Amino acid sequence: MSTAAVARMRKSLVEAPWQLWLSQLAAILRIEIKKNLWMRRSIWIYLLAFAPTLMFGIHALTSPMGRGTSIGEDTQVFAYVFQIFYLRVGIFFGCMGLFTWLFRGEVVEKSLHYYFLAPVRRPLLIAGKFLAGLITTAIVFNTSVLLGFIFTYSHFGPAGRAFVFSGPGLGYLLDYLLVTTLACLGLGSLFLALSLVFKNPILPGIAVLLWETFHAVAPALLQKLSVSFYLKQLCPVTIPPEGLMALFTVLAEPVSPWVAVPGLVLLSAAILAFACVRIRRTEISYLAD
Amino acid sequence: MTTAANTIVFENVSKFYGEVLGVNRVNLTLPPGVTSLVGPNGSGKTTLMNLMTGLIRPTQGRVSVLGLTPDEPEEFFRHVGYCTQFDSFPKGVTGFEFIYQLLRLRGLSSSEAACLTAEAIERVNMAPAAHRRVAGYSKGMRQRIRLAQAIAHHPTVLVLDEPLNGLDPMARAESIALFEALGKQGMHVVISSHVLHEVDKISDQVVLMSYGYVVAEGQIHGVRSEVKEHPMQILVRCPHPNLLASRLFSQDHVVEAKLNNDGKGVLVRTKDAEQFYQLLNRIVVEENLPLESVAPNDDDVNSVYQYLIGSGGSNV
Repeated sequence: MSTAAVARMRKSLVEAPWQLWLSQLAAILRIEIKKNLWMRRSIWIYLLAFAPTLMFGIHALTSPMGRGTSIGEDTQVFAYVFQIFYLRVGIFFGCMGLFTWLFRGEVVEKSLHYYFLAPVRRPLLIAGKFLAGLITTAIVFNTSVLLGFIFTYSHFGPAGRAFVFSGPGLGYLLDYLLVTTLACLGLGSLFLALSLVFKNPILPGIAVLLWETFHAVAPALLQKLSVSFYLKQLCPVTIPPEGLMALFTVLAEPVSPWVAVPGLVLLSAAILAFACVRIRRTEISYLAD
Repeated sequence: MTTAANTIVFENVSKFYGEVLGVNRVNLTLPPGVTSLVGPNGSGKTTLMNLMTGLIRPTQGRVSVLGLTPDEPEEFFRHVGYCTQFDSFPKGVTGFEFIYQLLRLRGLSSSEAACLTAEAIERVNMAPAAHRRVAGYSKGMRQRIRLAQAIAHHPTVLVLDEPLNGLDPMARAESIALFEALGKQGMHVVISSHVLHEVDKISDQVVLMSYGYVVAEGQIHGVRSEVKEHPMQILVRCPHPNLLASRLFSQDHVVEAKLNNDGKGVLVRTKDAEQFYQLLNRIVVEENLPLESVAPNDDDVNSVYQYLIGSGGSNV
């Protein structure tokens, strides 16, 4: 890149209306987060998110002081529930429902034109809606994971407290919260982009579900295009592949968290960049939808 | 003087929806004032407005508004307000919240947005219902709150797609007066309507559209004179239509005088309505002829369309 081009880019960055963009972003977040949290469609997302919390709660009540179970056993159960239910079902379908609705919902309700007629750059609209979706899903699912974690260890009494505060427990919790947030980030960006490409994102959503479930049988390089690949590396308690899947699993080279986190963030950024290009060409034609 | 900086310009604009024609080869320059886009349903009025505001992109050609394009949204939408014909709103909002939230998107502070919202709501006489949910509004109220949203930021170009739909006669009159006042302030007010007589009184220029083409454009009087080439039809209802018809036959400007089917009126076709009305006054006085009613029979957009473009107006 020539010096003149760098100077031009620097000038345009300095002269860009950052203050205006920030206040517009804040306005989009206010509208969207309120909508996401209170819309009727969100009820099933809450049900999905808090079903395991309820299960952990019942387990805590029925096993006071860890009767009939052990911390090690419950740690494994929590790991299974997190990886099987949260990542593959709860967060997956929660993100699918919420992020695909960010733009499709506006088209179905014929209200997207209000955004398009506001003096807001469309990529900024993508950023605002995505951030609002991310904040919403992160709040809902992290709250669920946090409550589930508390229920898992609280009924062990002093032993549970010692595991959390003096043992590896707190580290596990922070890892789970990080993975939950990253899952919302990765899946959210993917579903938002899909909703801008497909009128009905359910079929591509199923394709993504299959890919995220069976990506382990793909060659190591292709596995890096899966959100689950990065998330699995970050989970504090590993679950070995079992049954038929274990036969087909290609073991990819493990990556460190210092690669997994930026890797997932970069993957999401690339998907969002595509969404930004896509929305610049989007036209309002509700009748065609 | 009209320059690109104060006009709305369509340069050879075409828009196709797949194989379906939206508008074709439109070349227009709209100066400030009230401009009416008139045409039957499907003639391309809404397409033209959506192209003007960037909701859709031209397949070919270029559109600019005051020298700006929607690719610079911060500047473009500071000047442009568009009240679309989509009768839809974000879910769960009140009239006040609807306008306020969209003003906050413009980067305005809370107090500025609240102030402009209240002003716009007042302007369309919706203050008493401002804090009620839009879902509970009547069609006319929804139309007015959308109009308030379009004018709330004080645009210099106001685009209104069928703005009088659903309004009661009082609200219609108020809205027309508002559009007229905005036009006189030097704003661009572009109104689409399929009811010509509603907008022709306030329009500085009209654009007549049919099947995606602009069939006539210009000052309202110019288009009117084009229509005047065709005899005007007037139905006079009276108890002695034969007497009236016999007096009318001798006049040059009367092309035809035909007894109405029920035998209680005369359908007159005249090339000069002014002369006809003066003559009718004289006949009434001289013959002591009682009249039940006198009404133009083809003073509607259907007839105008039939005169200008044949059967294209049949759906108006």
